[in-house]
Amino acid sequence: MNGFLGSYKRKDSKEGFVHEVAAVCVLTGKILLQNGAETYRVEDTMNRIANSFSVHDAQSFVTPTGIIFSIEDHDVTQLVRIKNRGTNLRKVTQVNTLSRRVAHGEVSLKDLHRDLIQIDRSTVMYSNSLQILAAAIASSCFLLMFLGKWQDLLPAFIAGGAGQAGMIYLHRLAKVKFFSEFMSSIFIGMIALVSVKLGFGVEMNKIIIGAVMPLVPGVPITNAVRDIMAGDLVAGLSKSAEAGLTAFAIGIGVTAAIVLG
Amino acid sequence: MHLFVVITIQSITSYLATCAFGIIFNIPFKPLIHGGLIGMIAWLIYFFLFHYSGNDFVATFAASFVIALMSQIFARLCKNPVILYSVSGIIPLVPGGLTYSVMSRAVDNNYDVAIYFAEKVFVLSGAIAMGLILAEVFYQIFEKMKHHASNKMAAGLFLSKKVKHFSK
Repeated sequence: MNGFLGSYKRKDSKEGFVHEVAAVCVLTGKILLQNGAETYRVEDTMNRIANSFSVHDAQSFVTPTGIIFSIEDHDVTQLVRIKNRGTNLRKVTQVNTLSRRVAHGEVSLKDLHRDLIQIDRSTVMYSNSLQILAAAIASSCFLLMFLGKWQDLLPAFIAGGAGQAGMIYLHRLAKVKFFSEFMSSIFIGMIALVSVKLGFGVEMNKIIIGAVMPLVPGVPITNAVRDIMAGDLVAGLSKSAEAGLTAFAIGIGVTAAIVLG
Repeated sequence: MHLFVVITIQSITSYLATCAFGIIFNIPFKPLIHGGLIGMIAWLIYFFLFHYSGNDFVATFAASFVIALMSQIFARLCKNPVILYSVSGIIPLVPGGLTYSVMSRAVDNNYDVAIYFAEKVFVLSGAIAMGLILAEVFYQIFEKMKHHASNKMAAGLFLSKKVKHFSK
């Protein structure tokens, strides 16, 4: 955050303070956007923080790939490029609690900056094995919710866990999201096919639908439509394009596994 | 007896599935438990509306409306962002299986079926988004009215005190 560090040189001037506020607001927006908060909430939180440090006339423009934040009367404009996005709602919760305290005037600007950096760097997450287990449980539960057969429970459990494991470990290997989605849906398709051929499973389609549920972009599509309805047209359209590509990767992956297998 | 078994299985599986998704999204423990409850209630509403009316648009809309209302209430009570509760709640409703079907049919050269499914995905996600936004707006109107009413009452009290004061 250049504005924040650079502003120590011009500590006495009023402009320095405004730069610091802008830097903190942009950092807040960056953390929120990288961890899966809604577009309008990112804009709202940034404007609220600026307001609570009595910097008014703040404008923000948020898209999934970048944030532009500007304070009108002071010629301060900051741009942040967002390269990787995930879903870590724990960080969103922490930032929300922090911004609530800021609105009550309990946090100074310097403390806010320090806490935000701490939140940004924290790596507290549920462990990988727990996430894989969760995906496996979710897949088998979805099988039962869509009125599948009891015999298909075990194949769906294994396929769902394998899909999530593929997502986690392949994403480390190559930072291309569509590659890991494609490969893990190939795993899912292969496991479903083999289990049906060996006689463990009965309905291959239900097993696959249950197992791909943790991967398919149901929530991104809903968020995209919601963004468009709320007036964030650019954000909504780009999110739906990303969701479409994800669905494409999954569809091709599963079908390739079935056709080739 | 058969209905009772179905309800039990559906509620347990929807609760577990919602909580499991919360773990994948890294939701902290307490909202995870509440979110599971929201997901379970919404799925039961969806399940029965769908099976008795046969229209999934109405069932999805009603369930997502309930999700948004409950998430607003939980978010207000526990001072957490709304998305924590609504994301895990809408997981069972989102047309994930359909999205997969669209692409697998298209890859299979079954374009007419794929387009039929794609339109359904679009309409269903529109239903969810409309349910969420409508509940949010209703909640805001309700809060405003409550605020307004309490202001009026305060003004009324103030006025009555003044009147008393003058009458003395």
